Order: sequence, then C-alpha cells, then structure tokens
Amino acid sequence: MQALAQWLAGTPVSQGIQRELWLIPLLQSVHILAIAMVLSSVTMIDLRILGVGRSQTMVQTARRFVPWLWTGLVFLAATGAALIVGEPKRSLPNAAFQLKMALLALAIALTLAFQLSLRRNTKFWEEKRSGRTVTVVLAIATFLLWCAVAVAGRWIAYMATT
Amino acid sequence: MQPVTELLSRLEATPLAVFISESDWAFPAIEAAHVIALALVIGTIAIVDLRLLGVASAHRPYTELSRQVLPCTWVAFVVAAITGTLMFISHPVNYFENTAFRIKILLLLLAGVNMLVFQLVTSRDVAQWDRAARTPVAGKIAAMLSLVFWIAVVFFGRRIGFTMLPA
Repeated sequence: MQALAQWLAGTPVSQGIQRELWLIPLLQSVHILAIAMVLSSVTMIDLRILGVGRSQTMVQTARRFVPWLWTGLVFLAATGAALIVGEPKRSLPNAAFQLKMALLALAIALTLAFQLSLRRNTKFWEEKRSGRTVTVVLAIATFLLWCAVAVAGRWIAYMATT
Repeated sequence: MQPVTELLSRLEATPLAVFISESDWAFPAIEAAHVIALALVIGTIAIVDLRLLGVASAHRPYTELSRQVLPCTWVAFVVAAITGTLMFISHPVNYFENTAFRIKILLLLLAGVNMLVFQLVTSRDVAQWDRAARTPVAGKIAAMLSLVFWIAVVFFGRRIGFTMLPA
C-alpha cells in the first residue's frame, strides 16, 4: 500500500490535484452532497421497512429511492477516487480508510441482497405483519452500517500521517 | 466587536470547550455526527424540493410526502445544530473570525427565511395543487433557492476546515 501510494503521488494527475488548492475542498463538498443522497435514500427505505409511510408500497418506495442510492454511490466513488489520487498517502495506508472500504463492501452487499430479496419475495416485504424482528433489525443495522462508513471516512483525516 | 470577543474567550475557557479541544476523539466524533446529521437534513429537504420541482415523487400528494419526510429533517437539524454548536465552542474566537464560517451562517439564515416565506405565504393554497404534479411558480422558486442555499452551506462548511487559523 505504501509503495502504491508513493507511486500514485508521483503521477502527473496527482501532482495536478495537489497544485489546485481549491480542488480538494470542492471534491470533499461534492462527496458530502453524495453522502446526503445515499444516507437519505437509505433512511427512507429503512423507515418504510419499519412501517413509516405505508401509503407507498415497499416496491414503490424502493423504486423511488434505490436509483438515487446508486447514483449517490457513483458520485461518491468518482470523487473518492479523485481524492485518493490527489492524496494517496493520506488514504491508502490509513487504517480508517481500510476499515471504511470493508464496511462499504458490507453495506453494498446488504443493499444488493435487499434488492434481490424484494424482487423474489415481494409478498414477504409487502405484508403488514407487525413485529417482524428480522426486518426491523436489518433496517436498523443497515442504517447504522452506512453511518459507520461515514464515521470511518471522517476519521481518515485524523489518522493520516502525511 | 470587543465585548463579543471577550464573551467568546470566556466560552472557550468553559470545561466543556476545553475538553472538546483537548480530547483526541471528541472533536472528530462530534464532526462525524455533524456530517451524518447534515447529510440527512439536506437529503430530506431535497426530497421535498424535488417534489416541488416535479423531478421526483411527482405523483405523491405534497402534504403527504412532506408530513412523512420533514420530521426526519427536524430531528437531523437538531442534531446538526447541537454538534455544530459543540464544534464552535471549542474555538469560538477563530470560528467567529473565519469568513467561510460567517458566510455559512448567513446562508443558513437565508435558507430559514426562504422556508418561512414558503410555509407562511406560498403553501397557503396548497389544497389547490397538493395532488398536481405541477406546482405554482413560487413553489418552484422556493425549491430552487432551497437547493442552492443548502448546497452552498455544504461548500462553505467544508471550506471552514481549510481556512481556520491553527488554534
């Protein structure tokens, strides 16, 4: 990781990002706006799983917010990649960054599993049976997991050695 | 300006402020909570703004959508305000003198005024367009202004961290 970070930091693209002092705060701001898209979409879907907003079906809610979740993730990946290229030594060898990537992989896996399950077992998700512990726990866990990704992300700045 | 600075200095000397600025984890933890809260504030406001603009959720009655979404906005706003205040008191003099911080506060006030005008004036005849995908022009303008103000709040908020004098 150190060697990769060293090499990346020497590339012309990285040098360019480092030279433009306004670019990193700008990328971080767009990154935060994309976090808003993802976290709010996740919250709306999770609240529906908890039974808030029953005027919309589970499928309608997913159709409304899942595309925004993925769009937000694309923006996060693009701005995140640019931030890594700009300051590779700040992120790649950073324990907070590595934890963030692991948590992110888990969160994406859960999102895909939810989409697949909703398609295959639509009835299960649409039923109004109250107190379905599994789905309630899953909804709260996914929300906390996405929050943990954000916390680990902010912590990169405080674990960075360069 | 003198009395303000003196008040801020006294605020900076309170035990809570000293703890936040000296602890290794307190400031990052508060800042992380602030990011999550503000993401929810802006994201949920955008859901309502996009409905007013007819971009998303256009088929849902405006009042039904806002009654479901805006309570989340307010809970998140309270968390963002508390965490923001805690960060502010850790270095109140530096924040107060920071231009990006001042612009951000001004933008927050503008967003608040825009919201008040919409609530008190524009949405009075909501019954007439509640179920319509097309909303009045005043509603569209309020939604555009809201998005612009909140996006600018994020940009200037992030700028604070890059322009603060070393404490």
